[in-house]
Amino acid sequence: MTDLTRLTIAEARTKLDNREISAVELTDAYLAAIDAGNSALNAYVAVTHDKAREMAKASDARLANGEGRALEGIPLGIKDLFATEGVHTQACSHILDGFKPRYESTVTANLWADGAVMLGKLNMDEFAMGSSNETSYYGPVVNPWRRKRSVQVVEPTTHAGEGGFVSSGAGVREGEATDNMRLVPGGSSGGSAAAVAAFLCAGATATDTGGSIRQPAAFTGTVGIKPTYGRVSRWGTVAFASSLDQAGPIARDVRDAAILLKSMASVDPKDTTSTDLPVPDYAAAIGKSVKGMKIGIPKEYRVEGMPEEIEALWQKGIAWLKDAGAEIVDITLPHTKYALPAYYIVAPAEASSNLARYDGVRYGLRVPGRDIVEMYENTRAAGFGREVKRRIMIGTYVLSAGYYDAYYLKAQKVRTLIKRDFEQVFEQGVEAILTPATPSAAFGIADEDLANDPVKMYLNDIFTVTVNMAGLPGIAVPAGLDGHGLPLGLQLIGRPFDEETLFRTAYVIEQAAGRFQPEKWW
Amino acid sequence: MSVDIKTVKRVAHLARIAVSDEDAERMTGELNAILGFVEQLNEVDVSGVEPMTSVTPMAMKKRQDVVTDGNKAADIVANAPATTENFFLVPKVVE
Repeated sequence: MTDLTRLTIAEARTKLDNREISAVELTDAYLAAIDAGNSALNAYVAVTHDKAREMAKASDARLANGEGRALEGIPLGIKDLFATEGVHTQACSHILDGFKPRYESTVTANLWADGAVMLGKLNMDEFAMGSSNETSYYGPVVNPWRRKRSVQVVEPTTHAGEGGFVSSGAGVREGEATDNMRLVPGGSSGGSAAAVAAFLCAGATATDTGGSIRQPAAFTGTVGIKPTYGRVSRWGTVAFASSLDQAGPIARDVRDAAILLKSMASVDPKDTTSTDLPVPDYAAAIGKSVKGMKIGIPKEYRVEGMPEEIEALWQKGIAWLKDAGAEIVDITLPHTKYALPAYYIVAPAEASSNLARYDGVRYGLRVPGRDIVEMYENTRAAGFGREVKRRIMIGTYVLSAGYYDAYYLKAQKVRTLIKRDFEQVFEQGVEAILTPATPSAAFGIADEDLANDPVKMYLNDIFTVTVNMAGLPGIAVPAGLDGHGLPLGLQLIGRPFDEETLFRTAYVIEQAAGRFQPEKWW
Repeated sequence: MSVDIKTVKRVAHLARIAVSDEDAERMTGELNAILGFVEQLNEVDVSGVEPMTSVTPMAMKKRQDVVTDGNKAADIVANAPATTENFFLVPKVVE
């Protein structure tokens, strides 16, 4: 029998509606894949077998009555950052030991209201702080991609969303096999990206504060979109940096990402930063022409030391969009290089405030002390990992008396300038901006250079972080493989609340580049 | 600007994180690396620039001043490490 886990969400929905497959069969196929593969990949930190089967059964009952909703019977993985009622929710931190919320996040509630099935909770960097998924209390996630293993590049033979499995017939290239070194899937949504790439879920929720959806998507050959700030409710999502955090999906292809975002996004009275705009049908934008669309190419994204392969990939992306009729224009975003340093003031400052609530009193871990202050200090020393402590310390320092103006206020002013750069470009009629998604392909787990130099690790987000600082939408779409056979992604940045243009343009790239799947070894 | 070990210990106390001398030593180096990295913001002329206070240009939404939730004491204390009769228990604060 054909492997049901290979179906895209769009394909699975058609088969479920036609009763060719049942939601229980589909869910069982994913649970079996998780049970067989998760010990090697460590993508899930909790698997909810019973709940998944129960939800799938309920979906089958609805499907039998012809009452299937947008995601009816689709098995999803949920990043451990989203509160799920009665289910493990720890932001992959030791300090939230045993936390099982009594409420459901708006994002997951929206997904269940559309009929989706929960498979479990996905691994991530602790409190979403990291670019490699190595800061998780539950250990690193392993990227399903390996260097110079034999790889398959599948050219799309049918319109995505129409029936049939992705064939491995015509248009398949073979690489060579060598290296078994374990690579990171990126972070912080490393579990989400790895699970989607390894067929351990049909799609996954993720969050992005500086690149945490787009960088892991690029490292795993998947599609990830960070929507405009305010498009997706933050209610019930563990807060890292409230003015930057935004949830979005990671999916196998552009259409699936559009389908998932439609369900995740909503106007939510429980989040005062949720924007009062109707959620469009994102999938309807797919397949629309980009003829005449102005695409900006920012010269500031050509950074020193960037591998030639990334530059070549970028040029390929430009050529594909040009071939599709888009107008390519050179643009300048002069404050780009200041986005990352400003981010490393704003994000830790907000994190130090948000993480003050973990005090050993209301939930999670408590380590006793002689008095209440020592109890707080012992709890937080034992409960937080190194990277989280580092960021709380930076945040506390830059907000402390005498330093606020020099650091935080200055960074917020630089942020205004970063946003203004984008506004000026959009005023010139540019509808989307094309850049590389990351400055490199996936790197090794426990890379010594990166482990010893926090700033070097931070540079992973150099192309993605500007988008968070300006509150804009950004999508990462796989565009090719590097010399080691590892996936590389391109990023498209859009105007506020114009995710439709990103889906439409990303689909053009996807059609030209094909889809990328790792060879199964796990 | 850079920090010394004394400052690191003071900040750690402000952040309510216990640090050993060894931790503080290591953190001093790490924090200085990050502070050195953000130093490049000094190149940017921000005179006359307003700090960003709202990511999307919108007025904060206000809701009706009515009770919409409540009677959840048991839920609220459900995850606490120590409770009694719907209260959070903490070590003795007042002598």
